[in-house]
Amino acid sequence: MSNKMLQSTRALAAALLIAGATSALAASSEADFKAAYAAAEAANKEAAALRNQWTTTATTLANAKKSADKGDFDAAVASSKEAEALAKASIHQATSEKEAWKALEIR
Amino acid sequence: MRSAIQLASAALALAALTFGATPFAAAADTPDPVADAKAFQKFFTEKFPKLKLDDFVNGPYSMNEDMHRQWEEKEQFPPYDFSLDLGKEMFSKPFKNGKSYADCFANQGIGIRQNYPFFDEKEGKVVTLELALNRCREANGETPFSYVKDDMAALTAYMAFTSRGKPFDIKIPADPRALEAYQNGKRYFYTRRGQLNFSCASCHVQNPGERIRAEVLAPALGILNAMPIYRSEWGGMGTISRRFTTCNSQIRGVPLEPQSDEYRDLEYYLSYVSNGLPISGPGARP
Repeated sequence: MSNKMLQSTRALAAALLIAGATSALAASSEADFKAAYAAAEAANKEAAALRNQWTTTATTLANAKKSADKGDFDAAVASSKEAEALAKASIHQATSEKEAWKALEIR
Repeated sequence: MRSAIQLASAALALAALTFGATPFAAAADTPDPVADAKAFQKFFTEKFPKLKLDDFVNGPYSMNEDMHRQWEEKEQFPPYDFSLDLGKEMFSKPFKNGKSYADCFANQGIGIRQNYPFFDEKEGKVVTLELALNRCREANGETPFSYVKDDMAALTAYMAFTSRGKPFDIKIPADPRALEAYQNGKRYFYTRRGQLNFSCASCHVQNPGERIRAEVLAPALGILNAMPIYRSEWGGMGTISRRFTTCNSQIRGVPLEPQSDEYRDLEYYLSYVSNGLPISGPGARP
């Protein structure tokens, strides 16, 4: 392979890598945020029905909204996903505690 | 044939176990408040063998000598005195319609704190003193108070003061709904919640006397006898509702609304297992 050809292959590989990285880190849109936020809110509503919401879920949802208001949809989506994870953890806690509380009881 | 007999007898044995076990399991799950209270008090008196039963009502001040001395000094000029005076004044002042709190309660509201909460068989729910006070106000055309501090703390401080020394006398009537409320309260007490994954019992059963940051954790036994309390941390008075809601938020759980069914049931359970211990409220805490 000639030197020139090697150089152009490298350049192409670099360009492809950059393109790949860019598409993977493509900026989130408002629609992405809305979908992620709705999923988090739905999970938090389920936690509310179980009377077991966490304060941190509410704070993280508020952070997501703040980021979205500033137009930072990457941060807004990240916070929404974190809030959804927190809400799901609180649902898991409420569900598992339905029986697990008995282990702590003084008998 | 032999294996068929073996299979059949194994099936019979399994059936016998299943049917035999069912009533036992049901019995084990049936709440027994009397046995619970006995076990609860035994647990704490064995954990703190030097403490007299009545001393548990002093919360963290009963946990070590230095703190006990602090408390004795505090009691010379108790920080709840202003609230107590206000409560006495409010209690005796008639409503706009001429009636007063005394008209809403047995014995004119004097010396009755130890009977609250009670299970109201008409309503089918637990009625706490805070709830009864606001219902009294509303029935007489007055607006209800916030459940967590100030006026409500002052009124309950006065009512507790007139009941000092009287042992908690919480009753569970022969009504399945009362037993259910008691059991719900017990479940709430032991259920882990909040992002910190703590139950009420994590602090007040498993770790009383230990520190959580600068605070000495109070034992669950007698924990409501001193309510309402002046807390230095709050910089003011707080009711049982305030105690429950702040406990929940401290463990990063969203508090329920004050006087929700869950909190009413929790108060019922916690008061019942402290039956026999004297009312000492209003109290003061660090």
